[in-house]
Amino acid sequence: MVGLGFQQALEQNQFVITVELAPPKGTDVSRMLACAERLKGRVHGINVTDNQSAVMRLGSLAACHLLKERGFDPIYQITCRDRNRLALESDLLSAAVLGIRNVLVLTGDHPTAGDHPEAKAVYDLDSTQLLQVITRLNQGRDLSSRSSGGKPLVNGATLAGGTNLFAGAVVNPEANPLEPQIWRFFQKVAAGARFFQTQAVYDLERFDQFMGYARELGAKILAGVLLVRSAAAARYVNEHVPGVVVPERVVKELEPSANPLEAGIRMAGQQIRHLRERCDGVHIMAIGLEEHIPAVLDEAGI
Amino acid sequence: MIITRPKPFAEIQSALQGKEKIFLIGCGLCATLCQSGGQEQVIRMRDRLVQEEGKEITGLAVLEAVCHVLRSKKELRAHRAELSASEAILVMACGGGVQAVGKLLTTAPVVAALDSLFLGNIERFGQFEERCSLCGGDCILNKTGGICPLTACSKGLLNGPCGGMKDGRCELDRQRDCAWVLIYERLKATGGAEAAALTIRGPRDHSQGLRPRRLVVDRPGVEK
Repeated sequence: MVGLGFQQALEQNQFVITVELAPPKGTDVSRMLACAERLKGRVHGINVTDNQSAVMRLGSLAACHLLKERGFDPIYQITCRDRNRLALESDLLSAAVLGIRNVLVLTGDHPTAGDHPEAKAVYDLDSTQLLQVITRLNQGRDLSSRSSGGKPLVNGATLAGGTNLFAGAVVNPEANPLEPQIWRFFQKVAAGARFFQTQAVYDLERFDQFMGYARELGAKILAGVLLVRSAAAARYVNEHVPGVVVPERVVKELEPSANPLEAGIRMAGQQIRHLRERCDGVHIMAIGLEEHIPAVLDEAGI
Repeated sequence: MIITRPKPFAEIQSALQGKEKIFLIGCGLCATLCQSGGQEQVIRMRDRLVQEEGKEITGLAVLEAVCHVLRSKKELRAHRAELSASEAILVMACGGGVQAVGKLLTTAPVVAALDSLFLGNIERFGQFEERCSLCGGDCILNKTGGICPLTACSKGLLNGPCGGMKDGRCELDRQRDCAWVLIYERLKATGGAEAAALTIRGPRDHSQGLRPRRLVVDRPGVEK
């Protein structure tokens, strides 16, 4: 039974469990909330995606608020794809006044990957710059370069009340080539990321190498664990979900199984057991199979 | 150079509807190299408009560089009679060229025959690649190994590859190299990789490239 919130659990070196929930495409939040209820007491934080895969959905901020009201500790995912710096800063202030403290900063999949491919991609800031913005908001200042009276400002305007956000970012320990990804990882730490949720981890040897860098920097790492329902679903993810790669050996293991979902749950549970000794927690991405996350946790013995 | 491509013929047909006497203008510079508005394409357009559409072509001119307003004005003087007899001017040049002609000739509508695409390098004959977005000042090439991420990265990121990079290729097009992997390799080969890795490049100043842009160069020895 999980007692602490996300940040406290990480700071007290517990093995932290987070899961990813997607807001509905529409206003019916019943399934999302029902999935969350089944996770009550079993996870430290619930990530809420921000128009994931560039598919328009209910806003992450509103969904985080609903979860917060129901006693969960939401992790507000915010991407750089859809909003310029004014909107991003403003939304972060909104999160703060709603009591949403955890923020996961992402670049965001390009609109052409999603259901509004004609949309203008914004990327006014990138994820590293957005982390710097959060650091600044936490200091009670914003990114503005001049006052409302037109006077130049060097370090932004002083806010009437700053934020106290706990910012994190994403890293892919299996990126190929790895070194440019490690650069970016270092930069994100320097910019103020205090935790990282990784893309799905499969190769433990490479993950151990990556953890070498992470330990040096003192960054908290939650390893990504992906739940897939079948070999075909894994292949679909490989083709259509940017940044996620299910290795062929895993696909092959799912293929002959009479009940591939059960096999998938078992593999995810085992993966969590392997990761337990290696990092600070796991981040479970079930992509439409959120109902089965409790079974994964059972399998992992958590 | 400015890369252009012919508009679909149906669009040109529709823009010229009801106009029977047409003057054609091509461009001797970019549109000639793009094979979209040079002598050869202008003549082909003339033949097509005459044979398929029954239009009357009052005349044609391939100007040295249509966007050079001063020079184009001089060159078009020789065609004054033909132009005044025309009901429409079809310009086979970039958007800058079309508007240059529009400024010079105000009695008949100016119709664009091409779509303007980008500032491109000629990699080989007929193959053009965008390397610079003319983003409007504050060029960062000296900080990124001479490769522009605002152009080569489809998200225009300034601080390294996004999570969509896979085997060194871009999320949007798996055939295309990730700009930040190219920058990383270039910096590793030429030095400066470490410094670049440790530097967080700040947000762009978009107030530097407000449109429309204008530049007036002071000429030495010329009194203002």
